[in-house]
Amino acid sequence: MRVAILDMGLGNLLSIRRGIERASGGIGSGSITGPHAEVIIAQRDAEAGCADAVVIPGVGAFRDGANALAGRFGGVVGRIRSGEIPALGICLGMQLLFTRSFEGGEYPGLGVISGDVVRLPDSVKVPHMGWNSIRIVRSGELVRGIPDGEHFYFVHSYYCRPGEEGVTVAETEYGVHIPAIVEKGRVFGTQFHPEKSGEAGRTIIRNFLEAAKR
Amino acid sequence: MLTKRIIPCLDVDKGRVVKGIRFVNLRDAGDPVEQALEYERQGADEIVFLDITASSDNRETVIDMVRKTAYELSIPFTVGGGIRSYADVRRVLMAGADKVSLNTAAVQNPRLITEGAEIFGSQCIVVAIDAKKSGEGKWEVYTHGGRKATGMDAVEWAVKAEEMGAGEILLTSMDYDGSKDGYDLDLTRRVSESVNIPVIASGGAGGPAHIYDALTAGKADAALAASIFHYAEYTVGEVKAYLAERGVPVRIPRPTGAGVGKGIRGNADSK
Repeated sequence: MRVAILDMGLGNLLSIRRGIERASGGIGSGSITGPHAEVIIAQRDAEAGCADAVVIPGVGAFRDGANALAGRFGGVVGRIRSGEIPALGICLGMQLLFTRSFEGGEYPGLGVISGDVVRLPDSVKVPHMGWNSIRIVRSGELVRGIPDGEHFYFVHSYYCRPGEEGVTVAETEYGVHIPAIVEKGRVFGTQFHPEKSGEAGRTIIRNFLEAAKR
Repeated sequence: MLTKRIIPCLDVDKGRVVKGIRFVNLRDAGDPVEQALEYERQGADEIVFLDITASSDNRETVIDMVRKTAYELSIPFTVGGGIRSYADVRRVLMAGADKVSLNTAAVQNPRLITEGAEIFGSQCIVVAIDAKKSGEGKWEVYTHGGRKATGMDAVEWAVKAEEMGAGEILLTSMDYDGSKDGYDLDLTRRVSESVNIPVIASGGAGGPAHIYDALTAGKADAALAASIFHYAEYTVGEVKAYLAERGVPVRIPRPTGAGVGKGIRGNADSK
């Protein structure tokens, strides 16, 4: 299968690329099983269009990410919306799936999941940085094989507040309940960085690839 | 619950690890990437690389190490030492480091903190503070690897660094560094209570009890240690087990491979 990482020009994509390769049994992963994903870093719609799944990476500011998606990947975004192509949004990439964000102003997101992205409360240190445990609140594709209470690496200052029921698969606690994993149809999101979350993160990515293949 | 982080630090000179020759299970104990991977296996939450190379014609060596590390490691890592300009920040982050740590350059040019944070996000910019006791409840900031006094108050500088956009403070006590007598708990607590960003305690760890103190009495969010891990006096896992027994929230990774694949219809589906 072919997985495209959408390059929004906001940072280094090596970690996420390697994360997918390792999880998929690809190059240098030491594994002979798995979905064997070929990972491409797509700069334009045309390059992402031939992929079986896309990953929206997690670096940069919301506004820049939203602009890059609209400007470079209009076609792919349409296919994500229609459920034609499965997508995994990581950190900022997950936030971009929502209706709008209040990071540095008010900016519209993709609106695939309704809800707002708002700043973490002042009662806690911001950014929320480090390994936090998740509580699984419903069954889902990404949490297969993941025990309740598993830790993942978070680093963010804003969080998603879904405006619709049932999209949250797992949440974490940091001053407020923060959706850690969301799923809606063929659209998936993790507020944490699976590519920075060791073995547990690898399982999450692998689950996404398995789900995308179906 | 957010866990307290345990962060091994690797001192790197011309692309080679300075200490840490006691790992017998590594093919090349001087290789920073191999060392970092060993710490990841032990359960480290992050890795800090401190480049102590004196010469400035070292850039490509560091970038090469960052690239290789980003390729292999699946936990976050920070690179500090010799990062002087925005171009340096950019180069290191674009090579795959998760964070850069700024010390002397941040004191000389605090705008660098803001610039880095605006482009890459606060979470990428760690401000490292080397502090030395100058009086009762007073600590002075030193730069240039601890050689140059600045006259600046360490607590005030931490507050300013946060205002400028730092995402984290890496706080080293020069009085306790290398002593193995424990962290400077007063300093750590003072800084941690004065800022609203995470504080990493550094300098003085001689064993798990010191790390426990830094994370409880010292109110640090993370503890950095070098020699106790380098010389294999303790593994990261042993320190974490000690902390967990005493009620400090830490991440204890399951053994590699456990639960992967075979747990496909795991607990989530049974709910």
